Amino acid sequence: MITVLGRRFSGLILTLATLSFLIFAVMDLLPGDPASIMLGTSATPETLAALRHELGLDQPLLFRYGQWVVGVISGDLGQSYTYGVPVAGLILERLAVTLPLALLAILLSVAIAVPLGTFAAARRNGIADVAATLFSQVSIAVPAFWVSLLLIILFSTTLELMPAGGFPGWSAGPWPAFQALIMPAMALALPQAGVLTRVTRSTVLETLHEDFTRTALAKGLSARAVLWRHAVPNALVPILTILGLQFTFLVAGAVLVENVFNLPGLGRLAFQALSQRDIIVMQDVVLFFAALVVVMNFLVDMSYLAVDPRLRRDV
Amino acid sequence: MITSFLPAPFTRLAHRLSLSAALSVAMMASAIVPAHAAKTVLNLGMSVEPAGLDPTIAAPVAIGQVTWQNVFEGLVAIDESGKVRPQLAKSWEISPDGLTYKFKLQTGVKFHDGEAFDSATARFALERARGKDSVNPQKRFFASIASIDTPDPETLVLHLSQPTGSLLYWLGWPASVMVGPKSAASDKTQPVGTGPFKFVNWAKGDKVELVKNEAYWNSLVSVKLDKVTFRFIADPQAQAAALKAGDVDAIPEFAAPELMTSFKGDPRLVTKVGNTELKVVAGMNNAKKPFDDKRVRQALMMAIDRQTVIDGAWSGLGTAIGSHYTPNDPGYQDTTGLLPYNPEKAKALLAEAGYPNGLTFTIKSPQMAYAPRSAQVMQAMFAEIGVTMNIEPTEFPAKWVQDVMKDRAYEMTVVAHAEPMDVDIYSRDPYYFNYKNPTFNDLMKKVQETTDPVLQNKIYGEAQKILAEDVPALYLFVMPKLGVWNKKLKGLWENEPIPSNVLTNVSWEE
Repeated sequence: MITVLGRRFSGLILTLATLSFLIFAVMDLLPGDPASIMLGTSATPETLAALRHELGLDQPLLFRYGQWVVGVISGDLGQSYTYGVPVAGLILERLAVTLPLALLAILLSVAIAVPLGTFAAARRNGIADVAATLFSQVSIAVPAFWVSLLLIILFSTTLELMPAGGFPGWSAGPWPAFQALIMPAMALALPQAGVLTRVTRSTVLETLHEDFTRTALAKGLSARAVLWRHAVPNALVPILTILGLQFTFLVAGAVLVENVFNLPGLGRLAFQALSQRDIIVMQDVVLFFAALVVVMNFLVDMSYLAVDPRLRRDV
Repeated sequence: MITSFLPAPFTRLAHRLSLSAALSVAMMASAIVPAHAAKTVLNLGMSVEPAGLDPTIAAPVAIGQVTWQNVFEGLVAIDESGKVRPQLAKSWEISPDGLTYKFKLQTGVKFHDGEAFDSATARFALERARGKDSVNPQKRFFASIASIDTPDPETLVLHLSQPTGSLLYWLGWPASVMVGPKSAASDKTQPVGTGPFKFVNWAKGDKVELVKNEAYWNSLVSVKLDKVTFRFIADPQAQAAALKAGDVDAIPEFAAPELMTSFKGDPRLVTKVGNTELKVVAGMNNAKKPFDDKRVRQALMMAIDRQTVIDGAWSGLGTAIGSHYTPNDPGYQDTTGLLPYNPEKAKALLAEAGYPNGLTFTIKSPQMAYAPRSAQVMQAMFAEIGVTMNIEPTEFPAKWVQDVMKDRAYEMTVVAHAEPMDVDIYSRDPYYFNYKNPTFNDLMKKVQETTDPVLQNKIYGEAQKILAEDVPALYLFVMPKLGVWNKKLKGLWENEPIPSNVLTNVSWEE
């Protein structure tokens, strides 16, 4: 068990090291010079050279990579070119919006999908099943930004119940922050819930046909007990996998929804940094996303071991 | 058999869910914010978040839109009509040869951190802007300053190496504002100026907050607002929603003309259509075939019906222009009649230039909404005279600055030029048009040799005619300033002679 963990962990470190170089090299290849974007169309070559020097852009690639990696390891992610503040602080500020948003979306989608999928599997081919299938198809097909607009039109401009966007900050208290996050979380959760409903339905259906289900029924357990004690727990592994993938997707992929709701999240930071060629911010954010995916995969792997004793025995 | 798996708790769950839903709706309803709080607070929405807050070290106009005139002030200022007015300099004398500028400065002016403003400070700010390590985006403004004298704290004397007729106007730009020696280095994130508002906080990606400067030096001005929040909302739909929900009180530059009609029925809001300095022009590479032939450029200009471009690209809002000059600018002349829409004549000109069967080229079109839309309308109109224009999307600013601005590897492009009175770009070398016209360059030199506005306007008039006839770029339209704000809000600028949100005279009607 320990050796397995150790091997997985060193693999994780190696992946991150490789990724960091790839990220740095790709960002460097991007056309566009941050200095000339900052200085605009009137810049003289002399001014441009002065700014490039100030930003350290006139140093060779490997030197800059080395500086960056050493900085990242020691916790210094560098200074944003455009904002002029440490990137670490920027990412933390943005995470305070994006993480709760992603968590809320995950919670919502699980709250919708697991009961709905189980219900559909239990009542296979019934009206509930048809309704669940329809729900999942529609919610997957409908783009999140469009759902966002509908929510805004309904709750903000028509009913005037919710702010149309923006984030008051956690200092304003949990309730205003929750208000700002709930509609974007709903928009993000809907397609996820659709996917998750389908996965839950099909895996629960599968387990319902397994031998152990039949045995449990034969032993005289009630149908409800069989469903919740045997079928659903055994369906958890695929559901967890999807959840793990979804989480990283939600953190990295919230950019559209963050735009519509004008939330200062990590996705928006990445988008802005890209268009401004704030390369240092791009590198740090992309590395963060990459690390998130790698670490989440690691954690999902680990959670398999936790929920399924058979896997533990295999290793 | 399978249906018997239906768990009974679901009915109970459904009850509980509907209960909690009802509860949360009730809670939301009780949390409705009062429609408009105190009448001294303003929430103003902007499309673009500034990159830093110091307009003297980076070019993006959004910086000035937050801090210029609000936090930072200049020796002089440009007012709503585009005229130069005294500010930190209360008066000035220009020597007859145009080489010496003697400014009398205001007394008793202090920066927000208490540092005093005097001629030494002004000298510091100008030296910083023109110095060797300066990254001022308009460093060329200060190129003719040879030396700076400060005979006493109230007097600042600039000695020029050559007459520079636009110097006073340039000193009114955001890039020329006065900064304090103690605070200059941190102005990028903590701007400290002499203006009527003090910087409080910048929540990156979200908002910048300013409060009234109680110790403002200018007693002639009575600032009505106590607190101003600039909120950055990139998405036009989100802007519209924020206005309608009352989250913001004003968006002086609303991003989507096609949504302007959606505010019509709202009794709380007014819409204003003014002029900006944003000139939408389709620049051509004048050094490259076929654009090195004036007849080809003229033919392309005559193939375009500007009003159709404005209708197609910007919902009919905007003003047609015949040269690189806007109706805001001093000495404006309507030159749209010089090469009017005339496809027959255009065809004939093309044939004369040796292209009887038309020609094919590519336009690099940035992603900003106006660009691809303008390009598509132009494409259709060019097709009428047998010209095929391919549209190649280009990322702005990064890729565009690299390809068009720096490498000049393009045939045609379309972009809005934001800088006020920047007609001199056609005399700059290198510049992306690759336009070389000694007569025009002479005019740009002459305009700097005089400080007489009448003479300057006459020269600018000639320059406009040259551009309108020579068409180094196809002149399309001036972007409108689409203002949407609360009816009770007074004092916001309707036109934009310089990119700004000047809040000094903004107030709420009782």
